[in-house]
Amino acid sequence: MKNKITDEVIDYVGILAKLELSPAEKEAAKSDMEKMLDYIDTLNELDTEGITPMSHVFPVNNVFREDIVTNGNNREAILSNAPLRKDDSFEVPKTIG
Amino acid sequence: MDILSLTALQLGKAIKEREASAADAVRAVLDRVKEVEPEVNSYVTLDEEGAFQQAEEVQRLIEAGEFTGPLAGVPVAVKDNICIEGQLTTCGSRILSNFKPVYTAEAVLNLKKAGAVVIGKTNMDEFAMGSTTETSYYGSTKNPHNLNHVPGGSSGGSCAAVAARECYYALGSDTGGSIRQPSSFCGVVGLKPTYGTVSRYGLVAYGSSLDQIGPVAKDVPDCAAILEIISSHDTKDSTSVKRKNYHFTEALTEDVKGLKIGIPRDYMGKGLDKEVEEAVRKAAKVLEENGAIVEEFDLSLVQYAIPAYYVIASAEASSNLERFDGVKYGYRTADYRDLHNMYKKTRSEGFGAEVKRRIMLGSFVLSSGYYDAYYLKALRTKALIKQAFDRAFEKYDVILGPTAPSTAPELGKSLTDPMKMYLGDIYTVAVNLAGLPAMSVPVGKDSRGLPIGIQLIGNSFQEKTLLRAAYMYECATEKWHETSANIGKEAQENGKTI
Repeated sequence: MKNKITDEVIDYVGILAKLELSPAEKEAAKSDMEKMLDYIDTLNELDTEGITPMSHVFPVNNVFREDIVTNGNNREAILSNAPLRKDDSFEVPKTIG
Repeated sequence: MDILSLTALQLGKAIKEREASAADAVRAVLDRVKEVEPEVNSYVTLDEEGAFQQAEEVQRLIEAGEFTGPLAGVPVAVKDNICIEGQLTTCGSRILSNFKPVYTAEAVLNLKKAGAVVIGKTNMDEFAMGSTTETSYYGSTKNPHNLNHVPGGSSGGSCAAVAARECYYALGSDTGGSIRQPSSFCGVVGLKPTYGTVSRYGLVAYGSSLDQIGPVAKDVPDCAAILEIISSHDTKDSTSVKRKNYHFTEALTEDVKGLKIGIPRDYMGKGLDKEVEEAVRKAAKVLEENGAIVEEFDLSLVQYAIPAYYVIASAEASSNLERFDGVKYGYRTADYRDLHNMYKKTRSEGFGAEVKRRIMLGSFVLSSGYYDAYYLKALRTKALIKQAFDRAFEKYDVILGPTAPSTAPELGKSLTDPMKMYLGDIYTVAVNLAGLPAMSVPVGKDSRGLPIGIQLIGNSFQEKTLLRAAYMYECATEKWHETSANIGKEAQENGKTI
């Protein structure tokens, strides 16, 4: 293993990914990620000096339209998917102390 | 008439000529589903009542002369990451176990406008992340040709359903091979269109720059007809491309004279199963005997496609899957302390191991300090891979090779070593990075009776060239390789074991 993922790094990734890992999952995640990164490092064999990173294969431009509402009122249908609702709102735990 | 043995186009014709009705077809398919589903598990949800209602309505419109298309009245199955209003859309995940979209995907709307009857949603690897359909929260799907083997993935449910005749055709999605690889494993025809050809509106995003919806079919003419129906320019998908011509069925001519086909040497070497290699070479020979010019060449960079793909796809996935937070829809954990704890517990309980693995890798490669070294490096590699294909298409009309290095693995053998599973994507992922069209066509079976597929890759917007080559091959071999799976009642009657 050339890449070494420390506890600090895996905890940081957990925060970014919004995932809570058990100690066993954390160890597995460290070893999985080390293996993947070692493999991904084979890309360093390639000389990419001066190559522009390609996000899209075709030129992609902003698609503009007039600011006119075309969809109907789906409020009730949308809210019916909410795990928890209060009247016409999504209900979440208290966020401000 | 054995209605189940018809292709989608044959059934459409029979319905038009009043030899069968849309309801007959729905009944036949649902009976078949009941017969084989306990063994195969292709579907996450079936919409029996809705299917009969749709059939009745479609029949009325066919008789009124409003639906005149070739697939009006034909039952279709849709992969469970494609939204249909009011119908459960789980993406094979616990986190969407109760999600009913409030809108329908554009590709499905296009099908409905053509008179399709949607009978259910098919199983898949969770959020399309996997190559075996074993990461689904709703149990694995089995390969109808051999129930001890996987159907491939992630569109394993769609391909198994077509192979087991549990529908006449299906929609799948392909981010790194998820239509082509299971099509190869299940002995059906699957096509990933040029990026931007089929609207992604209503497709739950995995890797947005790579995802495309495409057809899974019993044969090549069906595949062309479905593609013609689902393709459209859609302003609701900002990457949708306005194409000059959507008449893909025009390509169905038995003529490949002068067609230049290149076989990458780097696809035929180390790691390729011998029986697969033989079948691929034999298929190339068939095309050569019918007038195509077949040569070998060096594509180059093949070994870099998988690492570049997993960086890019995971990065996009980590961003796309942030929306699953237990607030607006889907699963929410039972006990939580505060908002962040609720997010974390919901996601940790709602996602399976493979999805978590990719979200973490994606979060890592996008994090500050690693972004240049991993994410931008992968995007630069993608540019080089695209250039390699551009050079190949200066010389060749079609690139031909295996779809996968082996036939379908046994159930339970893949997930223990994810790295090994990723390597199985070696021939398919580069196509998504370069945005190209490609299809898998059945060309034989191995000594265990498992199907083998070839992959035909075309230049951007050249689906017709692929369909032409595939159709020629199919006619020359008299569809010998496109037999559906021997399973269910007929298998018992034939006294064959499966």
